[in-house]
Amino acid sequence: MSAGVSVTAMPAQNRGWQRDLIGIAVILIAAMAGYFLFPDNLALLTRMIAIMLLVLSLDLVTGYCGVATLGHAALFGSGAYAAGIAAAHFGITEPITMIAIGAVGGALAGLISGIVILRGHGLAQLVLSIAIIHLFHEAANKASQYTGGSDGLSGISPDPILGVFEFDLWGRTAYVFGIVLLLLVFILLRILVRSPFGMLCRGIRQDPIRVSAMGASVKLTLIKMYVISGLVAGVGGAFNAVSTQVVGLDSLSFTNSAEALVMLVLGGVGSLYGALIGTIAFVWIEDLVSAANPFHWLTIVGALLIAVVLFAPKGLYGTAATLVERYRRGGK
Amino acid sequence: MTALFEVDHLQKAFGGLNVTRDVSLALGKGDRVALIGPNGAGKTTFVNLVTGHLRPDSGQVLMGGEDISRFNPMRRVRAGLVRSFQVTRLFAEMTPEEHVALAILQRQGKSGRMAGSFQAMPDVMRETYEILETLNLTALGRVPVSEIAYGQQRLLEIALALALRPKVLLLDEPAAGVPHSDTFLIENALAQLPADLAVLMIDHDMDLVFRFAKRVIVLAAGEIIFDGLPVDATNDVRVREAYLGGYANGSAA
Repeated sequence: MSAGVSVTAMPAQNRGWQRDLIGIAVILIAAMAGYFLFPDNLALLTRMIAIMLLVLSLDLVTGYCGVATLGHAALFGSGAYAAGIAAAHFGITEPITMIAIGAVGGALAGLISGIVILRGHGLAQLVLSIAIIHLFHEAANKASQYTGGSDGLSGISPDPILGVFEFDLWGRTAYVFGIVLLLLVFILLRILVRSPFGMLCRGIRQDPIRVSAMGASVKLTLIKMYVISGLVAGVGGAFNAVSTQVVGLDSLSFTNSAEALVMLVLGGVGSLYGALIGTIAFVWIEDLVSAANPFHWLTIVGALLIAVVLFAPKGLYGTAATLVERYRRGGK
Repeated sequence: MTALFEVDHLQKAFGGLNVTRDVSLALGKGDRVALIGPNGAGKTTFVNLVTGHLRPDSGQVLMGGEDISRFNPMRRVRAGLVRSFQVTRLFAEMTPEEHVALAILQRQGKSGRMAGSFQAMPDVMRETYEILETLNLTALGRVPVSEIAYGQQRLLEIALALALRPKVLLLDEPAAGVPHSDTFLIENALAQLPADLAVLMIDHDMDLVFRFAKRVIVLAAGEIIFDGLPVDATNDVRVREAYLGGYANGSAA
């Protein structure tokens, strides 16, 4: 190997963090706009935040690692139940502690589902993930002593945040708390996906055999990512428990998992912004259409989804990003 | 003296078909060996046995005297046995810079880091661009692999192998699929491989083999039928029989 290579040949560092600052600013502006434009709809926006965390978490394993799963709500629901049970049965009602407990619960569920789901590939993987979500759902249903079974788990009354900010009737505190959590998670995930570990995961999605030929363990890397994904989904679930003060069996449902995947595809797989935009678009359209036509709203949502998959296969964000890129290159 | 890399009486049969029959060979530091043989001679099976993708029926693979026969492919790479692929296996959406940096980070045990970026690690960046420079890929450092020519993708394949700093490098048809006018690029790259690296090249491009290898091993029907100097290989009766068949005694190649 040649020793004396001129260092001038080395290009400068990418300034990716500048784009991140813009991204964070956009999220903040959107959050404030939501707060002031829809003061009566904060509950919906708060639910949106919880789902965003689930979809971000799904994006980590599906978008960045290429793992196909229809059972991701298992991680979300476990976080929700962990936080809910801690509050309702063990009197742990400090909200930040509840979120932390939810994160741990989600991480454990992530570890378990990762170990099971990663045993298969392709179709087998998908079937295993469906089996996982049904098993979690049934377990929560049977353990009704702790979970309240099909009646749901109630009696969760979180303390004021930091002993100061009480959860109000209009959901203002919950909304702001959610935005803070979302921003925190988003920043940490931006760091993660750009790190060497994130690069290794992207490599696994594109060619696992090449990654193992580099001497890296594909399985171990994916399981690590599953645990991280569980942390994120767990935070989402716990936040849902804190903000709604109930946990229902639907948080551990197949439908919830499938919808999360639909939102991710809608927004664009493999990009954190895509996960956020997909969730907003889906929940917003769902809300709009179901109010306009309560009988056929699912049909309309289905038709829209088919349109996106056919005409913008990279999702809303992915397609927009491609167009901008093309415009920039053409402009030069 | 223990050899750097040794294959000892390797056997493999698929049902009644013996694809690898009692194959033994050894490589020392700095060796440049070519493994050749007609189609169906068992070259690919041999590579898979050595890299750990197939389990031999009997026999051993040794690195510096240590038996690595029971290692999985990943551990063999960590022991210093690195391969390149006959058909490029690269990450289509990633750039050559990212490829090489990832390999370096993996070698250094830093690929599990969850914060920071390789672009902020001066030592990784310097080594990445040293390797890209050696292979004339610097200008393509930030272009996604899906947008660069196949010949250059083959070079990146070699760059990745170099970044792992192997002791033994298995090159599986490094020039396969490259237009003939560009083979010289691959040859130049091969000429720049570190001097103390042991290289085993599997190929049937004779021009390339004879220019590159100091020693030739010929495999036919799963068996080694020749191990010696390239010049002698062309004159060996059995090699001519196996390789050239009826053309063996025709006009000079």
